[in-house]
Amino acid sequence: MIQRAASNAEPILTVRNLTTRFRTDLGLVTAVDDVSFDVAAGETLGIVGESGCGKTVTSKSIMRLLPEQVTRIDPKSRILFKGVNLATADEAAMRSIRGDKIAMIFQEPMTSLNPVFRVGWQIDEALKYHTTLNRAQRRARTIEMLRLVEIPNPERRVDEYPHQLSGGMRQRVMIAIALCCEPDILIADEPTTALDVTIQAQILNLMEGLKRKLNTAIVLITHNLGVVAQVCDRVIVMYAGRIIETGSVHDIFHRPQHPYTQALLESIPKRGRREHGKRLPTIPGIVPSLHDLPSHCRFADRCRYKQDKCIAAEPDLIETGDGRAYRCFYPLNQAPAAPTVGAR
Amino acid sequence: MWSFILRRLLYNVPVYLGILLLVMGLLRVRNPVYAYLGKNADEKQIAQLEESFGLNDPFIVQYGRFLWKGLRLDFGESWKYQGTTVREKLLASIPPSMSITVPALILTSVISITVGLMSSFYRGRWIDRLLVIAAVLGMSISFLVYIIFGQFFGAFLPKQMGLEWWPLEIGGSFDLWFSMSSFSVFGLRVPYPDINAMTWVKFCLLPVLISVIVSMGYDTRFYRAVMVEECNRDYIITARAKGATKRKIMFVHMLKNAMIPIITRIMTTLPFLITGSILLEMYFNIPGMGRTLITAITDMDYPMIQGFTAVIALLYILSIILTDVLYALVDPRVRLS
Ligand SMILES: Nc1ncnc2c1ncn2[C@@H]1O[C@H](COP(=O)(O)OP(=O)(O)O)[C@@H](O)[C@H]1O
Ligand SMILES: [Mg+2]
Repeated sequence: MIQRAASNAEPILTVRNLTTRFRTDLGLVTAVDDVSFDVAAGETLGIVGESGCGKTVTSKSIMRLLPEQVTRIDPKSRILFKGVNLATADEAAMRSIRGDKIAMIFQEPMTSLNPVFRVGWQIDEALKYHTTLNRAQRRARTIEMLRLVEIPNPERRVDEYPHQLSGGMRQRVMIAIALCCEPDILIADEPTTALDVTIQAQILNLMEGLKRKLNTAIVLITHNLGVVAQVCDRVIVMYAGRIIETGSVHDIFHRPQHPYTQALLESIPKRGRREHGKRLPTIPGIVPSLHDLPSHCRFADRCRYKQDKCIAAEPDLIETGDGRAYRCFYPLNQAPAAPTVGAR
Repeated sequence: MWSFILRRLLYNVPVYLGILLLVMGLLRVRNPVYAYLGKNADEKQIAQLEESFGLNDPFIVQYGRFLWKGLRLDFGESWKYQGTTVREKLLASIPPSMSITVPALILTSVISITVGLMSSFYRGRWIDRLLVIAAVLGMSISFLVYIIFGQFFGAFLPKQMGLEWWPLEIGGSFDLWFSMSSFSVFGLRVPYPDINAMTWVKFCLLPVLISVIVSMGYDTRFYRAVMVEECNRDYIITARAKGATKRKIMFVHMLKNAMIPIITRIMTTLPFLITGSILLEMYFNIPGMGRTLITAITDMDYPMIQGFTAVIALLYILSIILTDVLYALVDPRVRLS
C-alpha cells in the first residue's frame, strides 16, 4: 500500500492509513478512508477526483483545520512530518507548522482574505508569527512577496484592501501569504477553480515558477485533470474517500488502470475539439453517499466494466512496483508483463 | 470622508423637511384654536387667537416661520404650562432620560458583547448552551413583568421588611436626584445636570438594571449569532492556516468584522438614549422626554408636540447618518466606494 515518490528525493511528508470521520446527525461517516501517500521534497503531487471524494478533508486533516467538535481522525492514522505525527500533535505544535512549514491556499479567493484588513497586514501577520524580522524588515519582505507573485505596483497594492483587487490578484495575495515563510509544502485546494480560464493558466504558471524558485513541494488538489497534466509530477486519484489509483502523470494519462480514472480523462475538455451544443461526456451516476457506502467496490455502480466480482467484494489497492497502484479487480491497460500482486 | 458625511447630510435635508411638513399638516387638520380654547369659545376669542397664532397666514408662511424659529429651538410657549417655553421643557427632559438610558446602553452593550464573545468562543460546549438558554428565557418574559417584579423585589419588599439601608426607591422627585445648572453660548442657555450620585442610585439604578436585563436576552443572542456567522467565514480558516492562535482569530480577525453589525445595532438604538424609554419613564415617574411627550399629547399641547417631534425626528436622522459614517470607518468596502 505504500507509495514511493517517483523522484529519488526522500519523502518530506508521509501519510499512512489516514482515516477521518465526522459525527453527523445521521451517525458517524468516514470521509477519508485508509489513505496513504508520500510527498517528496520539491515535487508536485496532484490529488484528483470528483467533488465530494474527500480531497479537501484529506488536506485539512493534514493541516488539522477541520472542526474539532465533529471530527475524529482515527488514532491509527499517521501523518509524519519532520519526525512529528501531525495526526496527534497538539494545537501549539500545529500552529508553529501551519503557515511556516506547511501552508495552504483555498478555492475561493473572493472570501479567503479578511475583508477588513489591508493585504499587506495579512501577509505581515504570517511573518509576525513565524519569523523574528522587525516591522521594517517585514514590510520589505511583504512588498517583495507581492512582487514575487507578480502583482503590479506592489508598493501601492500592499496598502489596499482585498475588495480593491480582482479574483486573480487576490489568489496571488493568498499565494504570497502562503509562501512568505518559505514552507516545505504548499497545499493548494482547487486554487484555480473559481477563476477565469486565462487567469487559471497564469496562476498555475506562477505556482510552477515559485515552486522551482523556492523548492516547495506542492500538493495540488483539483477535480480538473487538465490542470494536473499541466503541472503535476505524480497523481493520486480519489473516489468516495479512498485512493483508487496512483501513478506518474504520464502513466495516469496514457495508461489509466482504473475505469474511474479513464472516465475522468474522457471528461477533460479538449481544446479546439469542442463542438457547439455537444456536451462533454460526464460520468453517469453520482458519488455514493457516505452514509450509505457499498461494501463492494465503491465505483461498481457506475462502472461500465462491472462484473459479478465487483459487487461481491471491495478490491485492495494493488501496488505494481513502478510507483503505480490501482484498486480494481479488472484493471485496464495492463503492462505486457503480469503485475505483481502487492501487499494486502 | 468629509464629502461622504456632507453628502449624507444633504440627502437627509429634504427627508427632514418632509417630516416636519407632515407633522404640521396633521396638527392643522382641525383648527388648533379649538384644542386651545375648548368647545365653548366665542367668535371673537377664536379670531383673536387665530391672529396671534398666525393661522391666517398661508400655510407655507407658517411652515417657513416654524422652520426659521426652529433653527433656534424656538417652538413657542407651552399651552399647558403657561409662561414656560417648549425649549425649556425639552432641554429639561433630556437629562432625566439620559441618566437612565446612557448607563443602561453602556452596561447592556459591554455585558452582552462579552457574553456573545464567550458564547461563540466556546461554541457548542456546555457554557455556550447555558448562556443561550438563559438568553432565550430572558427574552421570553415581558417588559412589564420585569418592571412589576423589579419594583416589587427591588424596592417595595425591602422597604416593607424594614431594611433601612436599602437604597432603591420607585420614582422620587426629579429635583432630588439632580439639579440643573446652566451656562450660555450665544445667548442660548445650555442647562446641564448636577447629578447627585447617591440619589442617582436611589432613583435610577433600578430602572437601569431592569432596562439592562430586558435588553440582554436579545442583544446576547444577536451578538452571538453575528460572531458565530463570522467564525464560519473562509477568512477564519485562512487565518488558522497561517498559524494564528484562537485568541488572535477571535479578537482580531472575527471581532473587527463583527463590529460592523454590532456598531449598526448600537447606533440604531442611539435616538432612544435621548427620547428615553416611555414605559420605564411612566412606571418610574421619570420626567424624561418620552413621558413629557406622551403627557403633551394627552394634553393636546400643540407647541410641545411640534417641538418634541421636530427634535426627535432630527435625532433619528442624525443617528442614521452617524451609523453610515461609522460603518464606513470600520468597513473599508463602504469607505472607498
Ligand atoms: N464537517 C463535516 N461534517 C460532515 N461531513 C463532512 C464535513 N466536511 C466534509 N464532509 C463530507 O466529506 C466528504 C468529502 O468532502 P470533501 O473533502 O470536501 O470533498 P472534495 O473532494 O470535493 O474536496 C463529503 O461527502 C462531505 O459531505
Ligand atoms: Mg474540496
